[in-house]
Amino acid sequence: MRAFSLERASDPQQAAKSAASHENSKFIAGGTNLIDLMKLEIETPTHLVDVTQLGLDKIEETDEGGLRIGTLVSNTDLAADDRVRRDYPVLTRALVAGATGQLRNKATTGGNFLQRTRCPYFYDTNMPCNKRNPGSGCAAIGGYSRQLAVIGGSDHCIATHPSDMAVAMRVLDAELETVDPDGKTRSIAVDDLYRLPGDTPEKETNLKPGEVITAVTLPKPVGGKQIYYKVRDRSSYAFALVSVAAIVQPDGTGRVALGGVAPKPWRDEEAEKALPQGAGAVMDTLLADANPTDDNEFKVPLAKRTLAAVLQEAGN
Amino acid sequence: MSKEKMFEINRRDLMIVGAATAASTGLPATAYAEATPEAVVKPDDLASLDDTLKSTVSFTVNGEKHELSVDNRTTLLDALRERMQLTGTKKGCDHGQCGACTITVNGRRINSCLTLAALHDGDEIVTIEGLGQPDNLHPMQAAFIEHDGYQCGYCTPGQICSAKETLEEIKAGIPSNVTKDLSGPIEATDDEIRERMSGNICRCGAYSNILAAINDVKGQNA
Repeated sequence: MRAFSLERASDPQQAAKSAASHENSKFIAGGTNLIDLMKLEIETPTHLVDVTQLGLDKIEETDEGGLRIGTLVSNTDLAADDRVRRDYPVLTRALVAGATGQLRNKATTGGNFLQRTRCPYFYDTNMPCNKRNPGSGCAAIGGYSRQLAVIGGSDHCIATHPSDMAVAMRVLDAELETVDPDGKTRSIAVDDLYRLPGDTPEKETNLKPGEVITAVTLPKPVGGKQIYYKVRDRSSYAFALVSVAAIVQPDGTGRVALGGVAPKPWRDEEAEKALPQGAGAVMDTLLADANPTDDNEFKVPLAKRTLAAVLQEAGN
Repeated sequence: MSKEKMFEINRRDLMIVGAATAASTGLPATAYAEATPEAVVKPDDLASLDDTLKSTVSFTVNGEKHELSVDNRTTLLDALRERMQLTGTKKGCDHGQCGACTITVNGRRINSCLTLAALHDGDEIVTIEGLGQPDNLHPMQAAFIEHDGYQCGYCTPGQICSAKETLEEIKAGIPSNVTKDLSGPIEATDDEIRERMSGNICRCGAYSNILAAINDVKGQNA
């Protein structure tokens, strides 16, 4: 691990300022992904801003009838919250489908959104990777790509986003609240947080330098059957090959987002209009532009079957 | 405040061992040394470290207050093992995948390898040493012995800390991936226990006996 300075932030704007005033800085909260990457020298920040003391660890009800989740709420506490279990069960299901008890106790809501890909070539510093070392090439394309993206990737990168939580947040229309170094706040929809790789896969989000996530808001509950179905190589502590987050209403309409197939949670509001016609009709639109490799072309039919299983469970 | 003791191995001995290892694998010794910067800086060497690269932290470990000056890079695991000689907590993978380093911080189990000591100011930490001692075992420790819940024993401290918290988390109603009903109380079934223990790997494969030990303690608490 490279040496770094460490500054404890006392309020969000000061955290943003501290991060923006150092060239190679990172925020640290749970640290479960960042410290791992720092040990491997994939991440080499020279300045860490400790945001753990900002007090943003509460879940409050909003005036609109939704929830406002502080960025530091642990994955365990978010999954276990009575209101989340009752009104947003797809979020609890997605959270407990990820990682382990130990990791969920430490990992935070904001940090979960910002975790890095688990592409094996991103992790192997002996291999080219445009995300880790821009311009060096992509060893995954033509390499071992079973886990990787079938849609949304580019000729420069086919990494997937690893989060389960973010897939549920996308289907729930969650928005992130941020503060920048000037103290300006804004809210960002989950879909607008993430960038597709294009020819700059090292740029993963639309956050500005120093901009810090302070909370995530959930709109008023929409009811329906809420299901998170994760398909993986072993039944616990593994990343998704394909996951489906779905909200299915009694009349058969609803929402669908996919995990494990793209560089961000994959949802298309047009495609999900076909939900009453069944899984095939949704996937024919949602994955119409899929460009899988020989290794991962199985994910396209798997996604369709997983959604079919979800619809069966929902009773539609 | 406990007084810090150091192991009877010094930096020079370590470098000699490191150089010998490097020589035997055909790597130049200097390249080897450069490729593995020391993250655990001993107190004697901390003085030479720039002030911005180190922190002072105080926390409670097993009820005893400690104040340490640490290189910012020091993980909580390395601080416990190398600076406080609490070597019951084991370093397995050092990447959060095996669970050998599991401890509790403020009543929650975590991987101590994936957090920095400097981030734990004011925290209450409990390691396997704080759970029980040979003459006063925690029921989970006694059950692991009773049911032979180990073979080599390396993963055992992490397994025991995790097992104790697994039962606590079920009792507290924290759901898991196998919890069927999110609205009611959670029953400590074999499936629940196995799922919640998936972050603790046992390469000897003592899983069935580990499960028996946890079930035994669950029965005692019922």
